[in-house]
Amino acid sequence: MARMTMIEAVRSAMDVSMGRDEDVVVFGEDVGYFGGVFRCTQGLQAKYGKTRCFDAPISESGIVGTAIGMAAYGLKPCVEIQFADYMYPAYDQLTQEAARIRYRSNGDFTCPIVVRMPTGGGIFGGQTHSQSPEALFTHVCGLKVIVPSNPYDAKGLLISAIEDPDPVMFLEPKRLYNGPFDGHHERPVTPWSKHELGDVPEGHYSIPIGKAEIRRKGSALTVIAYGTMVHVALAAVEETGIDAEVIDLRSLLPLDLETIVQSVTKTGRCVVVHEATLTSGFGGELVALVQEHCFYHLEAPVVRVTGWDTPYPHAQEWDYFPGPARVGRALTEAMEA
Amino acid sequence: MDEFSRLSLHVPEPAVRPGDQPDFSNVKIPKAGSVPRPEVDVEPETIRDLAYSIIRVLNREGEAVGPWAGLLSDEELLSGLRHMMQLRAFDARMLMAQRQGKTSFYMQHLGEEAVSCAFRRALRKGDMNFPTYRQAGLLIADDYPMVEMMNQIFSNERDPCHGRQLPVMYTSKEHGFFTISGNLATQYVQAVGWAMASAIKNDTGIAAGWIGDGSTAESDFHSSLVFASTYKAPVILNIVNNQWAISTFQGIARGGSGTFAARGLGFGIPALRVDGNDYLAVYAVARWAAERARRNLGPTLIEYVTYRVGAHSTSDDPSAYRPKTESEAWPLGDPVLRLKKHLILRGAWSEERHAQAEAEIMDAVIQAQKEAESHGTLHAGGRPSVRDIFEGVYAEMPPHIRRQRQKAGY
Ligand SMILES: Cc1ncc(C[n+]2csc(CCOP(=O)(O)OP(=O)(O)O)c2C)c(N)n1
Repeated sequence: MARMTMIEAVRSAMDVSMGRDEDVVVFGEDVGYFGGVFRCTQGLQAKYGKTRCFDAPISESGIVGTAIGMAAYGLKPCVEIQFADYMYPAYDQLTQEAARIRYRSNGDFTCPIVVRMPTGGGIFGGQTHSQSPEALFTHVCGLKVIVPSNPYDAKGLLISAIEDPDPVMFLEPKRLYNGPFDGHHERPVTPWSKHELGDVPEGHYSIPIGKAEIRRKGSALTVIAYGTMVHVALAAVEETGIDAEVIDLRSLLPLDLETIVQSVTKTGRCVVVHEATLTSGFGGELVALVQEHCFYHLEAPVVRVTGWDTPYPHAQEWDYFPGPARVGRALTEAMEA
Repeated sequence: MDEFSRLSLHVPEPAVRPGDQPDFSNVKIPKAGSVPRPEVDVEPETIRDLAYSIIRVLNREGEAVGPWAGLLSDEELLSGLRHMMQLRAFDARMLMAQRQGKTSFYMQHLGEEAVSCAFRRALRKGDMNFPTYRQAGLLIADDYPMVEMMNQIFSNERDPCHGRQLPVMYTSKEHGFFTISGNLATQYVQAVGWAMASAIKNDTGIAAGWIGDGSTAESDFHSSLVFASTYKAPVILNIVNNQWAISTFQGIARGGSGTFAARGLGFGIPALRVDGNDYLAVYAVARWAAERARRNLGPTLIEYVTYRVGAHSTSDDPSAYRPKTESEAWPLGDPVLRLKKHLILRGAWSEERHAQAEAEIMDAVIQAQKEAESHGTLHAGGRPSVRDIFEGVYAEMPPHIRRQRQKAGY
C-alpha cells in the first residue's frame, strides 16, 4: 500500500491497465512527453512507448473521434481532455457517436473508450477552467459518468472504466488532485498523504461502477454529493453538528438509487449539493428521484445547494463555489422545515 | 512473402529535448529582401511559393532591403519600437505581480512583440480583431490605457470585466478588440462572420482572426477557411507560429503539410509566411493583406514565424520539455533588438536614447501599476462586488437569477 495523491492514483490506474492489457492506449493534449498539464500521464510514454501514449493535436473532436475509431478496431483508448471546459468541440462525437454505436449497430460495433477530464472550480480558473459539465453527459443515454472524490476511488473506478465495454466519462475534480478540501479556501488543503483514502494499493483492484459509498453514517438527514462537494458537505455537517448521513455518489450514471432511497427513507430529510449551475443540473434529477421514491417518508422539502445560474466568475469564485457555510444553512433549513 | 510489411504508427517528435543541443537547421530562412512582392490582386495560384518561404525585410546588418521595404517613416518605426518596449516592460511587471500573488495568472509575449504591435498599424478605426491571449500588443499599439489592462488583470473594483473574466482576457469594442475566449480557435471563425457582415452591409471595416500554431488543429480553424474562401470574406487570417503549444511542438499540429500557411492553398486563399520577429516585414505583409481585404479581393492567410521565448503561461515550466537555451538559438533574433539596430543604422536612434526610453517606459508602466493597485488586486483592496456575478448573464436579469442574487445576500 502506498500513499498517493489523486493525480498519482489516476496515473497508477492507467499504468496498471496498460501493463495488463496491450490494447489500452492513452493520448490527449500534452500527455506524451510532458505527462499532461496536471501530470496525470507522467512517465507512461517512457514506459510504454510513444505509440501507446502520445501527444494529440489540439482537437478535442479529433481526439474523441479517433478514440472511437480505435475502439471500433479493438483497442481501449483512455483519452484526456485537458480541461472539462474543452470537451464541447467533442460533444457531437461523444453524444451522437460514442454513446450510440452499440445500440445502432446492434452490438456489431462497440465503443469501450474512457474520456478523462479535470473538472470543477476553486483554483481561480475563471469561466473556462472551472466548469462542471456532468449534467450534459448524464442526459445522454449510452454514456457512463463517474466523479471520484478521493485517490482510492479514483484508481479503482478508473480501472473499472478502462475495463468497461462502453464509453465512460471520467470527471476528476481538480480541487481534489492534491488533497481533500473542506471548502475553506483560506485554509491550506490537507495533503492526501495524511488521509486514509490516500492509501492506495499499487497493483490492480477495481471498484464497481454504479455503487455509491456512505461517507458518514447519520440519522437526522441525508446529504447527497459527489466529487469536491463530498468534502464540503462533511465539513458543513461537522460545523453544524447535525447528525447527517453523507452519500458520495461516485457514479452518476448508472446511479445507486437503492442507497439513496434507503438513506432518505430512514432520515426523512435530504439536501443535494453540487458545484454546477442549479437550473437543469444533475441535482434536479436527484430531487425528482427522491420525491418519486421517498415521498411518504419526507418530513421536509428537499433542498439543493449549487453554483449560481451564471457563468463561473474569476474574482468572486468563493462566492460562487458552494462552501460549508452555504451548505450548513441548507442543512439547518432542512432540519427546521 | 507479402509485398507489404507490417504497419507502424508515425508520431512526430521535435528534433531536440531537454539536455540536447538546440537545433534549428531545419528552419529554412531565405535572405532578407529575396521574396517578391506581388500585386494585391494577384491570382492566388501564382504565389503558392509564398506559403513556403519567409518574407523578411531586416537583414543581419540591420538594413531594410527588398521589395517589401520602405513603407514606414522614422517616426512610425520609433513609435513601433516604443510599443514593443512597452509591451515587454508591461509583461515583466505583470509577471512579477502574478508571482507576488496580485493576480492568479498571466501570459506574456516575450519574443513575439512585433507580431501584434506591427499588425495593429495596418488596421484602421472600425476594423475588428478577434484575438487570442497573446495579442495584447494590439491594445498597446492602439494606445489603450495600460491602467485599464491592469485593472482587468487584478480583477479590482475598476476591472472593465467586473472580475468575471480570467486575467489578460481583455475586451474593447472601441479599440477593435473582441472579447477573448478561453476556448481555443472559437474566435477565428467568428472573425470570418464579422467580415461577412461588413460585406453584407456594404461597410468598409475589415476583420482579423488570430490563432496559434497548435490551435490550427481545431475544427473551427478549418471551418474558418471554408467560409472565408467561399464568401471571399474581407478578413485577415493570422497564424502565430511560435513553435510550441504548451509542451507540444508545432509538428504535432502541422503534421505532414509543409507549413501552416500552406493550409490556405487548398482553399485558394493567398497564403504568406513572414518573419514574425521583423517589425517591418510584419507590417508590410499585414498592409498587403489589409489592402486586399479593403479592395474586396477576399481573405489572406498569414503565418508569422516566431518563437515563444517565455513560458506558455505562469502555470508552465518550459524547461521540462525543451532545451533551456533553445530561445537563444532561435535564428530570427529578437524583434526589439532588431528594430533598434535598424533605427540606429538609420541615424534615428542611439544606444543612449534607447536606454533612456527603456527607463521612461518602465517608469510609465510602474506608475500605471501603482494607479491600478490603488483600485485593488485579486486578494487585497477594492474588488468587484458579488452582485456582479449575477449581472450581465442576460440583458435583463430574469427572476430566477434575481432570486439567487438575493439568496447570496446581494
Ligand atoms: C478548446 C481548447 N482546448 C484546449 C485548451 C488548453 N490550451 C490552452 S492554450 C493551449 C496551447 C495553445 O497553443 P498555440 O495555439 O500554439 O498558441 P500559443 O499558446 O503557443 O500562443 C492549450 C492546449 C483550450 N484553451 N481550449
